[in-house]
Amino acid sequence: MTNTEVEFSPAAAPLAQRLLPAALEIIARYPADRSRSALLPLLHLVQTEEGHVSPNGVAFCAEVLGINKAQVGAVATFYTMYKRRPTGEYLVSVCTNTLCNVLGGQEVYDQLSEHLGVGHDETTGDGRITLEHAECLAACDYAPVVTVNYDFAIDEATPDTAIGLVEKLRAGERPTPSRGARICSLKEMQTQLAGFADPREGAVADGLAGAPTLRGVTLAQEHGVAVPDFNLDTPITKTKPSPREENKGKVATVVDKVKSAVSSVTPGHAGKTTRAGDVKDPQTRTAEQRNPDASTPDKTGTADEKKPVPSNPAEAAGTSSNQPAGDGKPAGDTARTEEAK
Amino acid sequence: MTQPRREILQKLTPVLTKRWLSPDAWKMDVYERLDGYAALRKALDVHPDDLIQLIKDSGLRGRGGAGFPTGLKWGFIPQGDGKPHYLVINADEGEPGTCKDLPLMTYDPHSLIEGAIIASYAIRASRAFIYIRGEAVHAARRLRNAVAEAKAKGYLGENILGSGFDLELVVHSGAGAYICGEETALLDSLEGFRGQPRLRPPFPAIAGLYASPTVVNNVGTIASVPYIVLGGADWWKSMGTEKSSGPMIYSLSGRIANPGQYECGLGITLRELIELAGGMKPGHTLKFWTPGGSSTPLLTAEHIDTAMDFEGVAAAGSILGTTAMQIFSDQDCPVYATWRWLEFYHHESCGKCTPCREGNYWMVRTYRRILSGEGTYADLDTLQDTADNIFGRSFCGLGDGAATPVMSTLKFFRQDYLDYIEGRTAPRLSAKALVGAH
Repeated sequence: MTNTEVEFSPAAAPLAQRLLPAALEIIARYPADRSRSALLPLLHLVQTEEGHVSPNGVAFCAEVLGINKAQVGAVATFYTMYKRRPTGEYLVSVCTNTLCNVLGGQEVYDQLSEHLGVGHDETTGDGRITLEHAECLAACDYAPVVTVNYDFAIDEATPDTAIGLVEKLRAGERPTPSRGARICSLKEMQTQLAGFADPREGAVADGLAGAPTLRGVTLAQEHGVAVPDFNLDTPITKTKPSPREENKGKVATVVDKVKSAVSSVTPGHAGKTTRAGDVKDPQTRTAEQRNPDASTPDKTGTADEKKPVPSNPAEAAGTSSNQPAGDGKPAGDTARTEEAK
Repeated sequence: MTQPRREILQKLTPVLTKRWLSPDAWKMDVYERLDGYAALRKALDVHPDDLIQLIKDSGLRGRGGAGFPTGLKWGFIPQGDGKPHYLVINADEGEPGTCKDLPLMTYDPHSLIEGAIIASYAIRASRAFIYIRGEAVHAARRLRNAVAEAKAKGYLGENILGSGFDLELVVHSGAGAYICGEETALLDSLEGFRGQPRLRPPFPAIAGLYASPTVVNNVGTIASVPYIVLGGADWWKSMGTEKSSGPMIYSLSGRIANPGQYECGLGITLRELIELAGGMKPGHTLKFWTPGGSSTPLLTAEHIDTAMDFEGVAAAGSILGTTAMQIFSDQDCPVYATWRWLEFYHHESCGKCTPCREGNYWMVRTYRRILSGEGTYADLDTLQDTADNIFGRSFCGLGDGAATPVMSTLKFFRQDYLDYIEGRTAPRLSAKALVGAH
């Protein structure tokens, strides 16, 4: 069904021409016989081209998955984020669920609606803005909130800040949102909703946490409050050997060989396989950071070996007969115990 | 605004929120420096059964609302059955008032991924899915980036760290349906269908995703796992109460001086949390609040000393839920608040079960009539009767969630309803909003 040989109908063919490679990539994320799982991302994908789900979009999804249009239509009409009509360049959503509502969200929405001259799920004549009132957007500590293309754009919104935002958008500007990434178009956002990485350099780094998010943890830090007795090396009671230990003697792929060489090699083995010294393993870094005055622990040593010494003899015997695997083993055998397919 | 006292500050337990203070903790190298992936290395040296026992010993309970013991849930997965197993993480955060998972995934996405790898290893799943709410675009952006980083590092993919364990992790965006936060509706949605709940049994542990054994856990639950693996069950139990162990992120919003996320041991009270948040907003007095989102029965000022753990809130007649505490004051109207929630439940009802689909439709209309000054005494009976008929008569909790604010406000704030009906409170809705209401 989901092969590249599909003959597309005239309705679906134009979309297929542009979207088929991406569609196949989406389908490949799911188990081979479960391609229908790709339907939600595929509907997002269709919106990258059309801005909404048209009958042609439904046909494309149906044909690429080998299901019928009624099945696709039933899903497309169920979810709020699949739009039935063409949308604007920006989707502006105002939360009007109870908490945002009583803190002013309803007023923000009403004034925005009046200012733009459009109602819920309607688009301005210039094609810039689609307005909607949204249900809880999971940012109640910033209420009331406004999002642009689902990224948090205004916190503690007022009618003035909201109108200011849409005016800038209509003038072709892209103001910096409060906590989301830099603004893109709604169609571009759909690419990400379909599960693809944000192609914009630096976008993933945008958006700092706001004060409400950090309030509790900042209070704790300011007053030196921490949870005591956190010891990373607290032993876990072992009643049987781990698969890794049972696998001892079999080995890891090349990638893991390099990795284990970096992080947990046996002393004699280190010089050969460790890459250049710029790669520090996390334990070393943690140790350095926590205790900057102490000398850096010997890297060729003991990253994985600072396990506590078992206190009872039986456990000690068990531990010594079950050394952790993963280092210094001959390459070649990739047998895996977890492969149960 | 008042300063919290020292003994109240001591109740903060920054564990899951701690890395949020490092602005770059979402990057692999920073995460690794902050103990990241140390738990994974440790876990892979342990037999999966011993990990499940560890989680059982810790007393960890689900952070998504129901509070089911996590270790028990993992233990339900039949082993050696020859079927594929799946881990599905419920990141469809949308319960009104709840805002703890989005910041966690945005500012510390690797902790969720590390927890997911450990959990998958424990239940012997080679595929895991994070079903994230569609609107949560920035959190999804960070998660997808983190998955790519973890893959490049060998923490995901084949033969993770030489353990022989394989895992594929996919971040799957939803499309704006609150109902998909219900675990079986989520599974249907993930399979590419309308998100409608399934009849249980069979439970997901036996027949979940693709009819295979599946664990569905909340973001907070899975993100707790690495800390338990590192610090141990006893350390975890040093926080919280005997039956509700560990820290919990309390989301405070509404009429308080400093809304925000406060991570404390389970069992803290609203009074203490309000003190941490700098008190009520000036000029506001506490009137009613949700202990864990709008789907949990409302509580009032008299419940301010209720212990916020699973048992304490249940004893007060409500549910701990997602510890999303929306705080309303004497200047907020419980009837109006309930109406707005019902509009939400009406919109989000998936339509599968008649009581929820039809009941919410009619309750919304009854509320509109009351709020426009046209209500009658009979409307109160209609509301009570409708709510009683929704509660417990639908496949999933959405129906119950819709009925609870109605029943609890009728119980605690009947006078506020009567004030509309008898004309002492001015109508809140205009006739324009009433088109088609009668």
